[in-house]
Amino acid sequence: MGSSFNIEGKVALVTGSAGGIGWTAAKVLAKNGAAVILNDIKSIEILESRKEELIKEYSCDSIALQYNVGDFDAVQSAYNEVFKKYKRLDILVNNAGTLEDNLVGMIRKQDIEHTFSTNTSGVIYNLQFAARLMQRNKSGSIINIASIVGRVGNEGQVVYGGSKAAVIGITLSAARELAPRNIRVNAIAPGFIDTDLIKPLSQEIYNQRLNSVKMKKIGKPEDVANAILFLASDLSSYITGQVLGVDGGMIM
Amino acid sequence: MNNTERLIKAFTESLEISHEVVNDELSYGSSSWDSIAHLALVASIETEFDIMLASDDVIDMSSFKKAKEILGKYGIKF
Repeated sequence: MGSSFNIEGKVALVTGSAGGIGWTAAKVLAKNGAAVILNDIKSIEILESRKEELIKEYSCDSIALQYNVGDFDAVQSAYNEVFKKYKRLDILVNNAGTLEDNLVGMIRKQDIEHTFSTNTSGVIYNLQFAARLMQRNKSGSIINIASIVGRVGNEGQVVYGGSKAAVIGITLSAARELAPRNIRVNAIAPGFIDTDLIKPLSQEIYNQRLNSVKMKKIGKPEDVANAILFLASDLSSYITGQVLGVDGGMIM
Repeated sequence: MNNTERLIKAFTESLEISHEVVNDELSYGSSSWDSIAHLALVASIETEFDIMLASDDVIDMSSFKKAKEILGKYGIKF
């Protein structure tokens, strides 16, 4: 019986999918019938192992492409591989991201460059090549992972917040430009989600963040992955240029 | 159909123009060949010849003549 989300036979690329939200999204998309292209900057061995896991668990098609999303030439080469293998792309999840926080006055140039390269330039690079492949079928869904910090800000997160606010701006403009080609572009702004990114937080900050969530619980990667599935599927076929908060009513 | 005819077909279908106006003088900015149509043209050429053009080539493809030169880099002879 087919999935109600209607992504069977579609080809999806998830950046930063070796762990956390990206890996969970890859599994959810594979479970619902998509072929999944995995990407991460981490070792190819980890990615290959993830790929084997997907194939074994969901009997799906999958390939692993190790590249740095902030490296234009590497991204171009990766999309050539996607073209050679599948000739198409239906779903892009721009998930790869990095988090380097510092208070104003202590922000290093390399932190800004690295964060914006991964979180912002990487989104544009992947979006641009993905749109070209999607244009061939005059259909596609691009989902950019932003952050609640990019919407409302947070002290100590000038760099990360700026890079994620840019993701929202990219999403809004790309949605307008690509809508006539039936390519939808939306963003998800996760709140406090249980991933490796929050591991360095002190207990005090952890509690502070948790207390700001009205639902009084931390989000799971599955919560974000399910929103990704919705935006990837035809259930959202008339939705573009939106920022969907997945934050349990978090107020920062 | 030879490669020139295939390229003309990609131009006529994507730009919605007559094959009679597709010649070496046809360039970006003329007829219906604007920035929106350019990406449709690129997709049409890529589909017709089963290739994926590099970004620089997409940007440089400013005329029918130039398109033939660029496709030469992908082993497509005219």
